[in-house]
Amino acid sequence: MADTMQFELVSPERKLASGQATLVHIPGADGDMTAMPDHAPVVTTLRPGILTVEIDGNAREYAVTGGFAQVTAEGATVLADAALPKGEVTADFLNGLVAATQSGAPSDEGNKRIADLQALGAELGLSV
Amino acid sequence: MPNLKDLKNRIDSVKSTRKITQAMQMVAAAKLRRAEEAAGAARPYAEQFNAVMAGLAGSVGEDGPKLLTGTGGDQTHLLVVMTSERGLCGGFNTNIVKLAKARIEALLADGKTVKVLTVGKKGREQLKRQYESQLIGHVDLSEVKNVGYNNAQDVASDVLSRFDVGEFDIATIFYSVFESVISQTPTELQVIPAMFDGDAADGTVFDYEPSEEEILTELLPRGVATQIFTALLENGASEQGARMSAMDNATRNAGDMIDKLTIKYNRTRQAVITNELIEIISGAEAL
Repeated sequence: MADTMQFELVSPERKLASGQATLVHIPGADGDMTAMPDHAPVVTTLRPGILTVEIDGNAREYAVTGGFAQVTAEGATVLADAALPKGEVTADFLNGLVAATQSGAPSDEGNKRIADLQALGAELGLSV
Repeated sequence: MPNLKDLKNRIDSVKSTRKITQAMQMVAAAKLRRAEEAAGAARPYAEQFNAVMAGLAGSVGEDGPKLLTGTGGDQTHLLVVMTSERGLCGGFNTNIVKLAKARIEALLADGKTVKVLTVGKKGREQLKRQYESQLIGHVDLSEVKNVGYNNAQDVASDVLSRFDVGEFDIATIFYSVFESVISQTPTELQVIPAMFDGDAADGTVFDYEPSEEEILTELLPRGVATQIFTALLENGASEQGARMSAMDNATRNAGDMIDKLTIKYNRTRQAVITNELIEIISGAEAL
């Protein structure tokens, strides 16, 4: 059994991270999941949240705003709508996303997204 | 005989034109590097996305979402023609428009309805002359300095909202693929119904969370945006590449012209001197 798997975090505009990971914690739309090597193949959509990846024993955290992830036995690929290292997220960035969601027609999905964004803000200690 | 003063002015004006084209070439070269980098950075996402979508699309049968399977008809076509906002880039815009026009003619000859959405001012200007009634919209990117994913999303949401109200059956985008500074290929790509040519058919069976349908309905609009984004970036690089070689040509032509004009100027000047001499000598002889 392999101890590591190929991890890729890409956003439409650039590749953010890539490497051999031992563990990837994904904020899935239906609940968080942690993928480790030899995980069953799964495709899931993401909710706004914190993505944690362990590469060479170092945990790195990224804030993702949505997108989807594909996990196979050999690797995990996260295709995020937008992603930032955890420390670089600002309240303005999250507020902008909330405003963009609010400007659309009110819906259950929209409300859930706003709630998720606020939860993400609270986790990072930012007021959204 | 051409006036010496006129020639002098002419040479000066061509010289300043050369300065301008030279500067534009250098600016285009710098911008090209940036555009190429942006296109390269966006490639991993598009590739991964296509691979995932190819897998998904393969596992969904006939009753998938309309964005994937189509509306069942092919009567109304939407052509999204993407060109640049600025001119002076050689045949770049003309080549894209030419390809789009050929397509429009072929579709009209088949009795189909054609609608055109333009992105970028230059293509709109060229298409307006012939197909004004077919133009249904325009996306203005003239204020945008660096094309970002949100610009692609704007275009995509425009296209998708038209699709949702049943304005068209098939959407095709027209743009230019950047191959090198001297070669950019105008290309058409069908985005609705979606076509994925990734090779994900390695037999892996995926679990889907939430469900396959939900993932597809969420991802397909994103797929359109991703394809448009890729096209915009390719277009950006192509435009700068085309401008660079066009301006290189222009600079060289200006140089040739200056050489020719300078020779002409010198000959004329000599002729004037000779003439004056003849006049003086013949005047002196007459005395």
